[in-house]
Amino acid sequence: MPNLQPSPPGRRATIVGIGATEFSKDSGRSELRLSTEATAAALADAGLAASDVDGAVSFTMDSTPEVELSRSLGFGDLRFFHQTPHGGHGGCGNLLLAKLAIEAGVADTVVCYRGLNERSGQRYGQPDGYVPGTGAESVRMSWLTTFGASVPATFTAVMARRYMHETGTTSEDLGRLSVLSRRHAATNPAAWFFGKPITLEDHQASRLIADPIRLLDCCQETDGAVAIVLTTAERARDLRQRPVSVLAAAQGAGPEQEGLAIYHRADMTDPAESRIVADQLWGATGLTPDDLDVVIAYDHFTPLVLMQLEAFGLAPRGEARHALRDGVFDLDGRLPLNTHGGHLGEGYIHGMNGVAEAVRQLRGSAANQVDGAEVALVTSGGSGPTSGAILAAA
Amino acid sequence: MIPRPKDPTMDPITVTTETPRPRPPRTSETAFFWEGVDAGELRIQSCPACAAVQHPPRAACVRCGSLELEHVVSAGAGTVHSHTTHHHPPVPGPLRPFDVVLVELDEGVRMLSNLVGPEPGQVTIGDRVEVRFVEVEPGLTLPLFTPAADVAPGS
Repeated sequence: MPNLQPSPPGRRATIVGIGATEFSKDSGRSELRLSTEATAAALADAGLAASDVDGAVSFTMDSTPEVELSRSLGFGDLRFFHQTPHGGHGGCGNLLLAKLAIEAGVADTVVCYRGLNERSGQRYGQPDGYVPGTGAESVRMSWLTTFGASVPATFTAVMARRYMHETGTTSEDLGRLSVLSRRHAATNPAAWFFGKPITLEDHQASRLIADPIRLLDCCQETDGAVAIVLTTAERARDLRQRPVSVLAAAQGAGPEQEGLAIYHRADMTDPAESRIVADQLWGATGLTPDDLDVVIAYDHFTPLVLMQLEAFGLAPRGEARHALRDGVFDLDGRLPLNTHGGHLGEGYIHGMNGVAEAVRQLRGSAANQVDGAEVALVTSGGSGPTSGAILAAA
Repeated sequence: MIPRPKDPTMDPITVTTETPRPRPPRTSETAFFWEGVDAGELRIQSCPACAAVQHPPRAACVRCGSLELEHVVSAGAGTVHSHTTHHHPPVPGPLRPFDVVLVELDEGVRMLSNLVGPEPGQVTIGDRVEVRFVEVEPGLTLPLFTPAADVAPGS
Protein backbone atom coordinates (compact mmCIF):
# COMPACT_ATOMS: atom_id res chain seq x y z
CA MET A 1 0.00 0.00 0.00
CA PRO A 2 1.33 3.47 -0.80
CA ASN A 3 1.97 5.74 2.19
CA LEU A 4 0.48 9.20 2.41
CA GLN A 5 3.45 11.50 2.60
CA PRO A 6 3.93 13.81 5.59
CA SER A 7 2.75 17.36 5.05
CA PRO A 8 5.51 19.80 4.07
CA PRO A 9 6.31 22.10 7.00
CA GLY A 10 4.16 25.21 6.99
CA ARG A 11 1.94 23.99 4.17
CA ARG A 12 -0.21 21.46 6.02
CA ALA A 13 -3.81 21.92 4.86
CA THR A 14 -5.69 23.73 7.61
CA ILE A 15 -9.35 24.57 7.93
CA VAL A 16 -9.71 28.26 8.76
CA GLY A 17 -13.35 29.03 7.97
CA ILE A 18 -16.74 27.36 7.98
CA GLY A 19 -20.07 28.77 6.85
CA ALA A 20 -23.60 27.53 6.39
CA THR A 21 -27.08 28.67 5.50
CA GLU A 22 -30.09 27.69 7.55
CA PHE A 23 -31.28 24.12 6.98
CA SER A 24 -34.86 24.13 5.75
CA LYS A 25 -37.42 22.31 3.64
CA ASP A 26 -37.85 25.23 1.23
CA SER A 27 -35.01 27.70 0.96
CA GLY A 28 -36.90 29.92 -1.47
CA ARG A 29 -33.75 30.59 -3.43
CA SER A 30 -31.38 28.96 -5.90
CA GLU A 31 -28.63 26.49 -5.12
CA LEU A 32 -26.20 29.06 -6.50
CA ARG A 33 -27.46 31.56 -3.94
CA LEU A 34 -27.19 29.02 -1.13
CA SER A 35 -23.59 28.16 -2.00
CA THR A 36 -22.76 31.84 -2.38
CA GLU A 37 -24.12 32.64 1.08
CA ALA A 38 -22.33 29.71 2.73
CA THR A 39 -19.04 30.49 1.03
CA ALA A 40 -19.25 34.19 1.89
CA ALA A 41 -19.91 33.22 5.49
CA ALA A 42 -16.97 30.84 5.54
CA LEU A 43 -14.63 33.48 4.14
CA ALA A 44 -15.86 36.00 6.71
CA ASP A 45 -15.37 33.38 9.43
CA ALA A 46 -11.78 33.02 8.28
CA GLY A 47 -11.17 36.72 7.85
CA LEU A 48 -10.30 36.18 4.19
CA ALA A 49 -11.50 37.87 1.03
CA ALA A 50 -12.95 36.10 -1.99
CA SER A 51 -10.01 37.39 -3.97
CA ASP A 52 -7.74 35.29 -1.75
CA VAL A 53 -9.31 32.08 -3.08
CA ASP A 54 -7.31 30.27 -5.75
CA GLY A 55 -8.90 26.83 -5.51
CA ALA A 56 -12.49 25.58 -5.42
CA VAL A 57 -13.85 22.06 -5.04
CA SER A 58 -17.36 20.65 -4.96
CA PHE A 59 -19.30 17.48 -5.88
CA THR A 60 -20.12 16.25 -9.37
CA MET A 61 -23.71 16.21 -8.17
CA ASP A 62 -23.65 19.91 -7.32
CA SER A 63 -25.44 22.20 -9.74
CA THR A 64 -23.05 25.14 -9.18
CA PRO A 65 -19.71 24.78 -10.97
CA GLU A 66 -16.78 26.41 -9.20
CA VAL A 67 -16.35 29.00 -11.93
CA GLU A 68 -20.01 29.93 -11.62
CA LEU A 69 -19.61 30.45 -7.88
CA SER A 70 -16.62 32.62 -8.70
CA ARG A 71 -18.76 34.69 -11.09
CA SER A 72 -20.90 35.62 -8.09
CA LEU A 73 -18.23 35.94 -5.42
CA GLY A 74 -15.17 37.09 -7.36
CA PHE A 75 -12.53 34.54 -6.45
CA GLY A 76 -8.93 35.24 -7.42
CA ASP A 77 -7.32 33.48 -10.34
CA LEU A 78 -8.20 29.82 -9.91
CA ARG A 79 -5.36 27.30 -10.14
CA PHE A 80 -7.23 24.26 -8.88
CA PHE A 81 -10.85 23.30 -9.56
CA HIS A 82 -12.26 19.81 -9.21
CA GLN A 83 -15.31 17.81 -8.18
CA THR A 84 -15.59 14.56 -6.32
CA PRO A 85 -17.91 11.87 -7.68
CA HIS A 86 -20.47 9.54 -6.18
CA GLY A 87 -22.70 11.93 -4.33
CA GLY A 88 -22.45 12.33 -0.61
CA HIS A 89 -19.59 9.87 -0.47
CA GLY A 90 -17.41 12.63 -1.88
CA GLY A 91 -17.38 15.01 1.08
CA CYS A 92 -14.04 14.07 2.57
CA GLY A 93 -12.83 13.57 -0.99
CA ASN A 94 -13.17 17.34 -1.23
CA LEU A 95 -10.88 17.68 1.79
CA LEU A 96 -8.42 15.28 0.12
CA LEU A 97 -8.42 17.39 -3.04
CA ALA A 98 -7.93 20.60 -1.08
CA LYS A 99 -5.15 19.00 0.97
CA LEU A 100 -3.35 17.74 -2.12
CA ALA A 101 -3.57 21.13 -3.82
CA ILE A 102 -2.36 23.09 -0.83
CA GLU A 103 0.40 20.74 0.27
CA ALA A 104 1.74 20.29 -3.25
CA GLY A 105 1.84 24.05 -3.68
CA VAL A 106 -0.73 24.16 -6.47
CA ALA A 107 -3.08 26.47 -4.56
CA ASP A 108 -2.93 28.40 -1.29
CA THR A 109 -6.58 28.89 -0.37
CA VAL A 110 -9.24 26.38 -1.37
CA VAL A 111 -13.00 26.53 -0.85
CA CYS A 112 -14.99 23.30 -0.52
CA TYR A 113 -18.74 23.81 -0.89
CA ARG A 114 -22.04 22.01 -1.36
CA GLY A 115 -25.40 23.66 -1.89
CA LEU A 116 -28.62 21.85 -2.62
CA ASN A 117 -32.38 22.27 -2.59
CA GLU A 118 -32.80 18.59 -1.95
CA ARG A 119 -36.26 18.97 -0.43
CA SER A 120 -37.88 21.70 -2.49
CA GLY A 121 -36.02 20.73 -5.66
CA GLN A 122 -34.71 17.41 -6.89
CA ARG A 123 -35.24 14.87 -4.10
CA TYR A 124 -32.73 12.02 -4.12
CA GLY A 125 -35.20 9.69 -2.44
CA GLN A 126 -37.56 9.82 -5.42
CA PRO A 127 -37.10 7.62 -8.46
CA ASP A 128 -37.21 10.36 -11.09
CA GLY A 129 -33.46 10.95 -10.88
CA TYR A 130 -32.77 7.74 -12.81
CA VAL A 131 -32.13 8.48 -16.44
CA PRO A 132 -32.38 5.37 -18.61
CA GLY A 133 -29.59 5.25 -21.15
CA THR A 134 -26.68 3.23 -22.42
CA GLY A 135 -23.95 4.76 -20.28
CA ALA A 136 -22.30 2.30 -17.93
CA GLU A 137 -23.87 3.79 -14.82
CA SER A 138 -27.36 3.78 -16.35
CA VAL A 139 -26.89 0.19 -17.42
CA ARG A 140 -25.63 -0.79 -13.97
CA MET A 141 -28.73 0.74 -12.41
CA SER A 142 -31.02 -0.93 -14.92
CA TRP A 143 -30.31 -4.24 -13.16
CA LEU A 144 -32.04 -2.66 -10.14
CA THR A 145 -34.66 -0.25 -11.51
CA THR A 146 -36.14 -2.83 -13.89
CA PHE A 147 -37.34 -4.67 -10.78
CA GLY A 148 -38.70 -1.67 -8.92
CA ALA A 149 -35.56 -0.99 -6.89
CA SER A 150 -35.18 2.68 -7.76
CA VAL A 151 -34.42 4.64 -4.60
CA PRO A 152 -31.54 4.57 -2.11
CA ALA A 153 -33.70 3.20 0.71
CA THR A 154 -34.56 0.11 -1.32
CA PHE A 155 -30.96 -0.55 -2.30
CA THR A 156 -29.90 -0.12 1.32
CA ALA A 157 -32.71 -2.30 2.66
CA VAL A 158 -31.32 -5.34 0.84
CA MET A 159 -27.88 -4.61 2.37
CA ALA A 160 -29.37 -4.04 5.78
CA ARG A 161 -31.41 -7.25 5.76
CA ARG A 162 -28.29 -9.29 5.05
CA TYR A 163 -26.28 -7.42 7.73
CA MET A 164 -29.04 -8.04 10.27
CA HIS A 165 -29.21 -11.70 9.29
CA GLU A 166 -25.46 -12.12 9.76
CA THR A 167 -25.04 -10.12 12.96
CA GLY A 168 -28.31 -10.41 14.84
CA THR A 169 -28.81 -6.63 14.65
CA THR A 170 -32.50 -5.76 14.97
CA SER A 171 -34.72 -2.88 13.95
CA GLU A 172 -34.65 -1.72 17.55
CA ASP A 173 -30.87 -1.54 17.37
CA LEU A 174 -31.23 0.73 14.36
CA GLY A 175 -33.79 2.71 16.30
CA ARG A 176 -31.32 3.37 19.09
CA LEU A 177 -29.08 5.16 16.59
CA SER A 178 -32.03 7.17 15.36
CA VAL A 179 -32.91 8.12 18.94
CA LEU A 180 -29.29 9.13 19.65
CA SER A 181 -29.17 11.31 16.55
CA ARG A 182 -32.40 13.08 17.42
CA ARG A 183 -31.30 13.53 21.02
CA HIS A 184 -28.16 15.31 19.86
CA ALA A 185 -30.13 17.39 17.36
CA ALA A 186 -32.60 18.38 20.07
CA THR A 187 -29.93 20.52 21.78
CA ASN A 188 -28.42 21.92 18.56
CA PRO A 189 -30.07 25.24 17.57
CA ALA A 190 -28.96 24.82 13.96
CA ALA A 191 -30.74 21.48 13.67
CA TRP A 192 -34.05 21.10 11.86
CA PHE A 193 -35.18 18.88 14.72
CA PHE A 194 -33.96 21.25 17.47
CA GLY A 195 -36.11 20.63 20.51
CA LYS A 196 -37.64 17.50 18.98
CA PRO A 197 -36.14 14.30 20.33
CA ILE A 198 -37.81 10.97 19.62
CA THR A 199 -38.31 7.72 21.52
CA LEU A 200 -37.62 4.19 20.42
CA GLU A 201 -41.39 3.73 20.20
CA ASP A 202 -41.56 6.64 17.75
CA HIS A 203 -38.96 4.91 15.60
CA GLN A 204 -40.74 1.56 15.67
CA ALA A 205 -44.01 3.24 14.72
CA SER A 206 -42.54 5.24 11.83
CA ARG A 207 -43.68 4.17 8.39
CA LEU A 208 -41.90 1.40 6.52
CA ILE A 209 -40.05 2.64 3.45
CA ALA A 210 -38.43 -0.62 2.36
CA ASP A 211 -38.32 -3.23 5.07
CA PRO A 212 -36.30 -3.01 7.38
CA ILE A 213 -35.72 0.69 6.61
CA ARG A 214 -38.27 2.91 8.33
CA LEU A 215 -38.72 6.64 7.82
CA LEU A 216 -36.77 7.37 11.00
CA ASP A 217 -33.85 5.27 9.73
CA CYS A 218 -33.39 7.70 6.85
CA CYS A 219 -31.48 10.95 6.52
CA GLN A 220 -33.54 14.08 6.08
CA GLU A 221 -34.15 15.95 2.91
CA THR A 222 -32.77 19.46 3.21
CA ASP A 223 -32.37 22.76 1.42
CA GLY A 224 -29.12 24.43 2.42
CA ALA A 225 -25.41 24.88 1.87
CA VAL A 226 -22.14 24.49 3.73
CA ALA A 227 -18.70 25.80 2.81
CA ILE A 228 -15.25 25.07 4.25
CA VAL A 229 -12.16 27.22 3.61
CA LEU A 230 -8.67 25.76 3.83
CA THR A 231 -5.26 27.33 3.58
CA THR A 232 -1.69 26.63 4.68
CA ALA A 233 -0.82 26.13 8.35
CA GLU A 234 1.51 29.09 8.15
CA ARG A 235 -1.21 31.45 6.90
CA ALA A 236 -3.75 29.96 9.31
CA ARG A 237 -1.75 31.23 12.29
CA ASP A 238 -2.61 34.83 11.34
CA LEU A 239 -6.35 34.31 10.79
CA ARG A 240 -9.41 34.65 13.01
CA GLN A 241 -10.27 31.18 14.28
CA ARG A 242 -8.45 28.36 16.05
CA PRO A 243 -6.97 26.38 13.14
CA VAL A 244 -8.01 22.80 12.46
CA SER A 245 -5.52 20.57 10.61
CA VAL A 246 -6.51 18.00 8.06
CA LEU A 247 -4.09 15.36 9.33
CA ALA A 248 -5.17 12.88 6.69
CA ALA A 249 -7.88 12.38 4.08
CA ALA A 250 -8.48 9.37 1.91
CA GLN A 251 -10.81 7.75 -0.60
CA GLY A 252 -11.78 4.12 -0.86
CA ALA A 253 -13.50 1.80 -3.32
CA GLY A 254 -13.31 -1.99 -3.15
CA PRO A 255 -14.23 -5.02 -5.22
CA GLU A 256 -17.65 -5.05 -6.87
CA GLN A 257 -18.13 -1.47 -5.77
CA GLU A 258 -21.54 0.05 -6.33
CA GLY A 259 -23.39 2.82 -4.57
CA LEU A 260 -25.58 1.41 -1.78
CA ALA A 261 -26.33 -1.74 -3.80
CA ILE A 262 -23.26 -3.86 -3.18
CA TYR A 263 -24.84 -7.12 -4.19
CA HIS A 264 -22.02 -8.91 -5.99
CA ARG A 265 -19.23 -8.81 -3.44
CA ALA A 266 -18.67 -12.33 -2.08
CA ASP A 267 -19.46 -11.03 1.40
CA MET A 268 -21.88 -8.26 0.56
CA THR A 269 -21.75 -6.69 3.99
CA ASP A 270 -17.95 -6.55 4.04
CA PRO A 271 -17.33 -2.78 4.25
CA ALA A 272 -14.21 -2.94 2.11
CA GLU A 273 -14.47 0.65 0.91
CA SER A 274 -14.55 1.97 4.48
CA ARG A 275 -11.67 -0.29 5.46
CA ILE A 276 -9.58 1.02 2.60
CA VAL A 277 -10.19 4.55 3.90
CA ALA A 278 -9.56 3.55 7.51
CA ASP A 279 -6.26 1.81 6.75
CA GLN A 280 -4.98 4.94 5.03
CA LEU A 281 -6.11 7.28 7.82
CA TRP A 282 -4.62 5.22 10.64
CA GLY A 283 -1.48 4.54 8.61
CA ALA A 284 -0.90 8.18 7.72
CA THR A 285 -1.48 9.55 11.21
CA GLY A 286 -0.23 6.74 13.41
CA LEU A 287 -3.44 7.18 15.41
CA THR A 288 -5.83 4.49 16.61
CA PRO A 289 -9.52 4.55 17.51
CA ASP A 290 -8.50 5.21 21.13
CA ASP A 291 -7.08 8.58 20.08
CA LEU A 292 -10.40 9.87 18.79
CA ASP A 293 -12.43 12.32 20.83
CA VAL A 294 -15.42 12.58 18.51
CA VAL A 295 -16.63 10.76 15.41
CA ILE A 296 -18.86 12.08 12.67
CA ALA A 297 -20.12 9.06 10.73
CA TYR A 298 -22.15 9.69 7.60
CA ASP A 299 -25.71 8.72 8.38
CA HIS A 300 -27.55 8.19 5.12
CA PHE A 301 -29.27 5.23 6.75
CA THR A 302 -28.87 3.89 10.27
CA PRO A 303 -27.64 0.36 9.41
CA LEU A 304 -24.86 1.77 7.26
CA VAL A 305 -23.62 3.80 10.23
CA LEU A 306 -23.22 0.65 12.31
CA MET A 307 -21.27 -0.96 9.48
CA GLN A 308 -18.95 2.05 9.19
CA LEU A 309 -18.28 2.17 12.92
CA GLU A 310 -17.19 -1.45 12.73
CA ALA A 311 -15.09 -0.88 9.60
CA PHE A 312 -13.15 1.86 11.38
CA GLY A 313 -12.50 -0.39 14.36
CA LEU A 314 -14.75 1.56 16.73
CA ALA A 315 -16.62 -1.65 17.53
CA PRO A 316 -15.94 -5.30 16.67
CA ARG A 317 -17.47 -6.51 13.40
CA GLY A 318 -21.13 -7.19 13.90
CA GLU A 319 -21.23 -5.64 17.36
CA ALA A 320 -21.69 -1.90 16.90
CA ARG A 321 -25.18 -2.30 18.30
CA HIS A 322 -23.73 -3.38 21.67
CA ALA A 323 -21.53 -0.29 21.94
CA LEU A 324 -24.50 1.84 20.97
CA ARG A 325 -26.70 0.25 23.61
CA ASP A 326 -23.91 0.63 26.20
CA GLY A 327 -23.80 4.39 25.64
CA VAL A 328 -20.35 4.51 24.06
CA PHE A 329 -21.55 7.02 21.45
CA ASP A 330 -23.57 9.29 23.74
CA LEU A 331 -22.45 12.86 24.42
CA ASP A 332 -21.10 11.74 27.79
CA GLY A 333 -19.85 8.44 26.39
CA ARG A 334 -16.40 7.23 25.49
CA LEU A 335 -16.71 8.38 21.83
CA PRO A 336 -19.51 10.85 21.10
CA LEU A 337 -21.04 10.28 17.68
CA ASN A 338 -22.73 12.80 15.39
CA THR A 339 -22.85 15.43 18.08
CA HIS A 340 -24.80 17.78 15.77
CA GLY A 341 -27.51 15.20 15.23
CA GLY A 342 -26.18 14.03 11.89
CA HIS A 343 -28.14 13.89 8.69
CA LEU A 344 -31.02 12.37 10.61
CA GLY A 345 -31.22 15.22 13.07
CA GLU A 346 -29.48 18.38 11.87
CA GLY A 347 -29.79 18.48 8.08
CA TYR A 348 -28.58 16.71 4.97
CA ILE A 349 -25.88 18.63 3.15
CA HIS A 350 -24.18 15.54 1.77
CA GLY A 351 -21.84 15.22 4.73
CA MET A 352 -20.46 18.76 4.62
CA ASN A 353 -22.43 19.80 7.69
CA GLY A 354 -20.72 16.89 9.45
CA VAL A 355 -17.32 18.26 8.47
CA ALA A 356 -18.38 21.64 9.85
CA GLU A 357 -19.46 20.03 13.14
CA ALA A 358 -16.08 18.30 13.49
CA VAL A 359 -14.40 21.68 12.98
CA ARG A 360 -16.60 23.30 15.65
CA GLN A 361 -15.84 20.48 18.09
CA LEU A 362 -12.11 20.96 17.56
CA ARG A 363 -12.45 24.75 17.94
CA GLY A 364 -14.45 24.33 21.13
CA SER A 365 -17.52 26.08 19.69
CA ALA A 366 -20.01 23.25 19.13
CA ALA A 367 -23.52 23.35 20.55
CA ASN A 368 -22.97 19.93 22.14
CA GLN A 369 -19.32 20.48 22.94
CA VAL A 370 -17.20 17.49 23.92
CA ASP A 371 -14.76 18.68 26.58
CA GLY A 372 -11.20 18.91 25.31
CA ALA A 373 -11.92 17.51 21.84
CA GLU A 374 -8.62 17.42 19.96
CA VAL A 375 -9.04 14.71 17.30
CA ALA A 376 -12.07 13.94 15.12
CA LEU A 377 -12.80 11.24 12.55
CA VAL A 378 -15.19 12.18 9.75
CA THR A 379 -16.55 9.58 7.34
CA SER A 380 -18.38 10.22 4.11
CA GLY A 381 -20.45 7.10 4.16
CA GLY A 382 -20.26 3.40 3.75
CA SER A 383 -21.47 1.13 1.01
CA GLY A 384 -20.31 3.32 -1.84
CA PRO A 385 -17.09 4.75 -3.30
CA THR A 386 -16.30 6.75 -0.21
CA SER A 387 -13.87 8.96 1.69
CA GLY A 388 -12.91 9.99 5.18
CA ALA A 389 -10.63 12.32 7.10
CA ILE A 390 -8.99 12.81 10.46
CA LEU A 391 -9.00 16.39 11.69
CA ALA A 392 -7.16 17.75 14.70
CA ALA A 393 -6.99 20.98 16.63
CA ALA A 394 -3.82 22.63 15.43
CA MET B 1 -55.25 -8.92 -17.75
CA ILE B 2 -53.11 -11.67 -16.25
CA PRO B 3 -49.95 -11.90 -18.39
CA ARG B 4 -49.15 -15.32 -19.76
CA PRO B 5 -45.88 -16.87 -18.53
CA LYS B 6 -43.68 -18.37 -21.18
CA ASP B 7 -44.47 -21.93 -20.07
CA PRO B 8 -48.20 -22.40 -20.57
CA THR B 9 -48.28 -25.50 -18.35
CA MET B 10 -47.48 -23.43 -15.24
CA ASP B 11 -49.99 -21.43 -13.20
CA PRO B 12 -50.36 -17.83 -14.34
CA ILE B 13 -48.60 -15.22 -12.22
CA THR B 14 -50.40 -12.00 -11.36
CA VAL B 15 -48.25 -8.96 -11.88
CA THR B 16 -49.21 -5.35 -11.48
CA THR B 17 -47.88 -2.04 -12.66
CA GLU B 18 -47.82 1.21 -10.69
CA THR B 19 -46.09 3.13 -13.48
CA PRO B 20 -44.27 1.60 -16.44
CA ARG B 21 -40.90 0.05 -15.74
CA PRO B 22 -37.87 1.53 -17.51
CA ARG B 23 -36.86 -0.79 -20.38
CA PRO B 24 -33.47 -2.36 -19.69
CA PRO B 25 -30.93 -1.20 -22.27
CA ARG B 26 -29.53 -3.74 -24.73
CA THR B 27 -25.85 -2.89 -25.07
CA SER B 28 -22.85 -4.82 -26.30
CA GLU B 29 -22.66 -6.28 -22.78
CA THR B 30 -26.33 -6.87 -21.99
CA ALA B 31 -28.04 -7.76 -25.28
CA PHE B 32 -27.35 -11.51 -24.97
CA PHE B 33 -29.09 -11.59 -21.59
CA TRP B 34 -32.32 -9.91 -22.70
CA GLU B 35 -32.37 -11.91 -25.95
CA GLY B 36 -32.17 -14.94 -23.72
CA VAL B 37 -35.12 -13.74 -21.66
CA ASP B 38 -37.08 -13.30 -24.89
CA ALA B 39 -36.23 -16.93 -25.72
CA GLY B 40 -37.09 -18.22 -22.22
CA GLU B 41 -33.46 -18.66 -21.14
CA LEU B 42 -31.74 -17.27 -18.08
CA ARG B 43 -28.25 -16.62 -19.41
CA ILE B 44 -25.11 -15.94 -17.40
CA GLN B 45 -22.04 -14.37 -18.94
CA SER B 46 -19.13 -16.81 -19.01
CA CYS B 47 -15.43 -16.77 -19.83
CA PRO B 48 -14.19 -19.62 -22.05
CA ALA B 49 -10.60 -18.87 -21.06
CA CYS B 50 -10.95 -19.37 -17.31
CA ALA B 51 -14.48 -20.78 -16.88
CA ALA B 52 -15.60 -17.92 -14.64
CA VAL B 53 -19.22 -16.82 -14.66
CA GLN B 54 -20.26 -13.29 -13.83
CA HIS B 55 -23.39 -11.23 -13.44
CA PRO B 56 -24.35 -8.52 -14.21
CA PRO B 57 -22.60 -8.76 -17.58
CA ARG B 58 -19.34 -6.86 -17.89
CA ALA B 59 -17.07 -5.71 -20.70
CA ALA B 60 -14.34 -8.17 -19.75
CA CYS B 61 -13.83 -11.19 -17.55
CA VAL B 62 -13.10 -9.59 -14.21
CA ARG B 63 -11.16 -12.64 -13.08
CA CYS B 64 -8.71 -13.12 -15.97
CA GLY B 65 -9.17 -10.05 -18.14
CA SER B 66 -10.27 -11.82 -21.30
CA LEU B 67 -12.35 -9.74 -23.65
CA GLU B 68 -13.84 -12.85 -25.30
CA LEU B 69 -17.03 -13.55 -23.39
CA GLU B 70 -19.80 -16.05 -23.99
CA HIS B 71 -22.73 -17.26 -21.90
CA VAL B 72 -24.13 -20.34 -20.26
CA VAL B 73 -27.77 -21.06 -19.57
CA SER B 74 -28.72 -21.19 -15.91
CA ALA B 75 -30.91 -23.96 -14.57
CA GLY B 76 -32.94 -21.12 -13.07
CA ALA B 77 -32.73 -22.34 -9.48
CA GLY B 78 -31.35 -20.38 -6.58
CA THR B 79 -31.51 -19.31 -2.96
CA VAL B 80 -32.68 -15.99 -1.53
CA HIS B 81 -29.53 -14.22 -0.32
CA SER B 82 -31.33 -11.09 0.81
CA HIS B 83 -34.58 -9.27 0.21
CA THR B 84 -36.75 -6.31 1.01
CA THR B 85 -40.42 -5.45 0.73
CA HIS B 86 -40.78 -2.02 -0.85
CA HIS B 87 -43.52 0.16 0.61
CA HIS B 88 -42.81 3.78 -0.28
CA PRO B 89 -42.47 5.92 -2.39
CA PRO B 90 -44.31 4.93 -5.58
CA VAL B 91 -41.78 3.74 -8.14
CA PRO B 92 -41.93 2.44 -11.72
CA GLY B 93 -42.73 -1.21 -11.27
CA PRO B 94 -45.28 -3.19 -9.33
CA LEU B 95 -48.03 -1.85 -7.11
CA ARG B 96 -46.82 -1.63 -3.55
CA PRO B 97 -45.96 -3.41 -1.41
CA PHE B 98 -43.82 -5.75 -3.49
CA ASP B 99 -40.89 -8.05 -2.77
CA VAL B 100 -37.43 -7.43 -4.13
CA VAL B 101 -35.17 -10.46 -3.84
CA LEU B 102 -31.45 -10.88 -4.32
CA VAL B 103 -31.17 -14.44 -5.58
CA GLU B 104 -27.94 -16.41 -5.51
CA LEU B 105 -28.26 -18.77 -8.45
CA ASP B 106 -26.84 -22.26 -8.03
CA GLU B 107 -24.26 -21.35 -10.70
CA GLY B 108 -22.74 -18.92 -8.18
CA VAL B 109 -23.86 -15.45 -9.32
CA ARG B 110 -26.45 -13.18 -7.75
CA MET B 111 -29.32 -11.47 -9.48
CA LEU B 112 -31.82 -8.90 -8.26
CA SER B 113 -35.44 -9.59 -9.17
CA ASN B 114 -38.95 -9.70 -7.77
CA LEU B 115 -40.56 -12.57 -5.92
CA VAL B 116 -44.00 -13.24 -7.30
CA GLY B 117 -46.67 -15.64 -6.17
CA PRO B 118 -46.97 -15.33 -2.39
CA GLU B 119 -48.30 -12.29 -0.59
CA PRO B 120 -45.48 -9.75 -0.15
CA GLY B 121 -43.47 -9.84 3.05
CA GLN B 122 -43.17 -13.58 3.58
CA VAL B 123 -39.85 -14.34 1.95
CA THR B 124 -36.86 -15.28 4.10
CA ILE B 125 -33.13 -15.54 3.50
CA GLY B 126 -32.41 -19.13 2.50
CA ASP B 127 -35.69 -19.73 0.68
CA ARG B 128 -35.34 -21.73 -2.52
CA VAL B 129 -36.68 -20.05 -5.63
CA GLU B 130 -36.94 -20.71 -9.35
CA VAL B 131 -37.13 -18.42 -12.33
CA ARG B 132 -40.30 -17.67 -14.25
CA PHE B 133 -40.34 -15.56 -17.38
CA VAL B 134 -43.24 -13.18 -17.06
CA GLU B 135 -44.55 -10.57 -19.46
CA VAL B 136 -45.01 -7.82 -16.90
CA GLU B 137 -46.05 -5.17 -19.40
CA PRO B 138 -46.83 -5.41 -23.12
CA GLY B 139 -43.53 -6.14 -24.82
CA LEU B 140 -41.54 -6.46 -21.58
CA THR B 141 -40.74 -9.93 -20.28
CA LEU B 142 -38.65 -10.23 -17.13
CA PRO B 143 -36.99 -13.09 -15.24
CA LEU B 144 -38.92 -13.17 -11.98
CA PHE B 145 -38.77 -15.76 -9.22
CA THR B 146 -41.28 -17.93 -7.41
CA PRO B 147 -40.84 -20.15 -4.35
CA ALA B 148 -39.52 -23.61 -5.17
CA ALA B 149 -39.70 -26.87 -3.30
CA ASP B 150 -36.24 -28.17 -4.12
CA VAL B 151 -33.12 -27.94 -1.96
CA ALA B 152 -29.84 -26.22 -2.60
CA PRO B 153 -27.15 -28.38 -4.22
CA GLY B 154 -24.79 -29.82 -1.63
CA SER B 155 -27.15 -29.14 1.24
